[in-house]
Amino acid sequence: MSEQKIKNMTLNFGPQHPAAHGVLRLVLEMDGEVVERADPHIGLLHRGTEKLIEYKTYVQATPYFDRLDYVAPMNQEHAFCLAIEKLMGIEVPKRAQYIRVLYAEIGRILNHILNLTTFALDVGAMTPLLWGFEEREKLMEFYERACGARLHANYFRPGGVAADLPAGLLEDISAWIDQFPKFVKDFDRVLTGNRIFKQRAVGIGTVSAEEAFDWGFTGPNIRASGIAWDLRKSQPYDSYEDFDFDIPVGKYGDVYDRYLVRFEEMNQSLRIMRQAIDKMPDGPVIVQNNKVAPPARADMKRSMEALIHHFKLFTEGFHVPAGECYAAVEAPKGEFGVFLVSDGSNRPYRCKIRAPGFAHLQGMDFMSKGHMLADVVANIGSLDIVFGEIDR
Amino acid sequence: MELLWDGYIQPGIWIVAKILVIVLPLLIAVAYLTYAERKVIGAMQMRKGPNVVGPFGLLQPLADGLKLFLKETVIPTSANKAVFLIAPMLTFILALVAWAVIPFGEGLVVSNLNVGILYLFAISSLGVYGIVMAGWASNSKYAFLGALRSAAQMVSYEISIGLIIISVLLTTGSLNLSDIVLAQSGGIWNWNFIYHLPMFVIFIVSILAETNRAPFDLPEAEAELVSGYNVDYSAMTFALFFLGEYANMILMSALCATLFLGGWQAPLPFLDFIPGPLWLIIKICMVLFIFLWVRATFPRYRYDQLMRLGWKIFLPLSFAWVMLVATFLVVFDKVPA
Repeated sequence: MSEQKIKNMTLNFGPQHPAAHGVLRLVLEMDGEVVERADPHIGLLHRGTEKLIEYKTYVQATPYFDRLDYVAPMNQEHAFCLAIEKLMGIEVPKRAQYIRVLYAEIGRILNHILNLTTFALDVGAMTPLLWGFEEREKLMEFYERACGARLHANYFRPGGVAADLPAGLLEDISAWIDQFPKFVKDFDRVLTGNRIFKQRAVGIGTVSAEEAFDWGFTGPNIRASGIAWDLRKSQPYDSYEDFDFDIPVGKYGDVYDRYLVRFEEMNQSLRIMRQAIDKMPDGPVIVQNNKVAPPARADMKRSMEALIHHFKLFTEGFHVPAGECYAAVEAPKGEFGVFLVSDGSNRPYRCKIRAPGFAHLQGMDFMSKGHMLADVVANIGSLDIVFGEIDR
Repeated sequence: MELLWDGYIQPGIWIVAKILVIVLPLLIAVAYLTYAERKVIGAMQMRKGPNVVGPFGLLQPLADGLKLFLKETVIPTSANKAVFLIAPMLTFILALVAWAVIPFGEGLVVSNLNVGILYLFAISSLGVYGIVMAGWASNSKYAFLGALRSAAQMVSYEISIGLIIISVLLTTGSLNLSDIVLAQSGGIWNWNFIYHLPMFVIFIVSILAETNRAPFDLPEAEAELVSGYNVDYSAMTFALFFLGEYANMILMSALCATLFLGGWQAPLPFLDFIPGPLWLIIKICMVLFIFLWVRATFPRYRYDQLMRLGWKIFLPLSFAWVMLVATFLVVFDKVPA
């Protein structure tokens, strides 16, 4: 009898798969249950955002950023606004900076709740998801009260934010901060110490510090590998230097560490939000330059000049001086960067977006190799992948 | 003619009637178990659960059943048609057949088999065939992996269940389920779960694995295998799997109640005025609640961890317990007659 050659099984994991977190297509080469190779295929959610931005004025382009990582929309707008402000040399008013910090941290908690609870769902614990979404709903209400939209906010604008916060919102956010730790505690007690959960998470998908560097990991994923790298500390933008917070760091770089790092980041975000509310300065919320920011509605009724400014701003937009710059924010998922090239016109010549998830997804192969099918699911969950930003 | 009536037709009608008396309430119980599951888990997850169809959503299971019944049964082109259709029937029939030996009260049993527990064990072992056949016949990789997992899982846990049952049998001295219950008469302190407490815990965990429920729901693992062995099934074929799974849950709870919780007996002698079947139902509900509670709380095991738990922890433990019980019985001369 001739020798039989056993072929590995190829499993198409996704794009229609409950644990694929969107439209991830993972081609798995498997020897029984053990994964030999994991080949992520991307592009199923490609919308040509970068190219579309080239045909929009700067203000028209901000909503596209909500639709990248739709789990924490404002953090993406933040990077784009910072890039424009850098090119134009705009100084953002203090109150606007604080509001941005407050909402960036709300975005971080929004993201981490979603990620941690869906990760729990991926390993089989479904209850935290339902608890977490209640809290997310409250946070989205704060989004809605600030800008009118629950998800696609378009609240951060070049030079500040679109509108001031309504009366009473800060008090309500403050009250929310007081009650949120209860959810964190419940979640912690039901999952963190659970033996089955630890068996599923500890030692899975380990990423060493060196590998994390090599593969361009950022955000919680690199911090879990033991590197205290956080743009909010290393190159503070928008007054992050005013706030007192810690950077949680992991030790082993496995799935469990990434879970714990995100968990602690929620607590740190709460601290930042609390400080932002306590220290919230008064003043304008957008730069007082009508070439960039629209004039007040009341002025337009009386002043011809204001009306012209408004008209020019919403038809032609503003012109950005020629040049190029890179601005990055510490988005919940990692370093979200915008590389902006301006040719001096009212539209970006090129807008390259650096999505953290893209770099993380590349790590799927080496993280999953030799693990079992169930670990691939845990890995995807712990990497925090959202396809809006990866495919763009 | 006389012989035909007395010898065949009358007993035949009698048997069919007895079967119907068990199967119909069982199917209703299955339907309302799904309702209870959604309500209980809903409460644990701070949501309401079904509350639209009928008062308190009580008609929801009927609506779901009707929907599944009316839908088109899709048979994948690459599937092996015959096996594909037989598999759900097998699962469902086996889940019902096993009820023949469960005693609901003194003498209230369809078949008072003197090897009842062996019969139950044989039937529940056959259950794996339904799943393996479904996984294989679907000709889909997810279903195939689910079937393989299920086969391995059910075999590993059946062995420890077998050993646990042996230790119970040693103390009661009978394979007849009614006798096992009678041996526990006289109040809660005579029930087996007190003498066999470690085995009771292992048994509860093992029946979770045996019925493929969380945290051992690997064969259908939503997040990994989408839905495992039943991924290609729809409409009535799916409904049969579903009913089979829930009927099995109730069956295993009934077995647990019979072996460890005194079957139809009242926990305290003065509560005897409450009829036996009611006690059994209360006990079944308590065990079922554990099923649901665990499902809402725990993450899922990984395949190799599940095997390790079965072979390296439960098997030696239950084996050691059998030895311990046997030694104890022999040394103190307490072997039941």
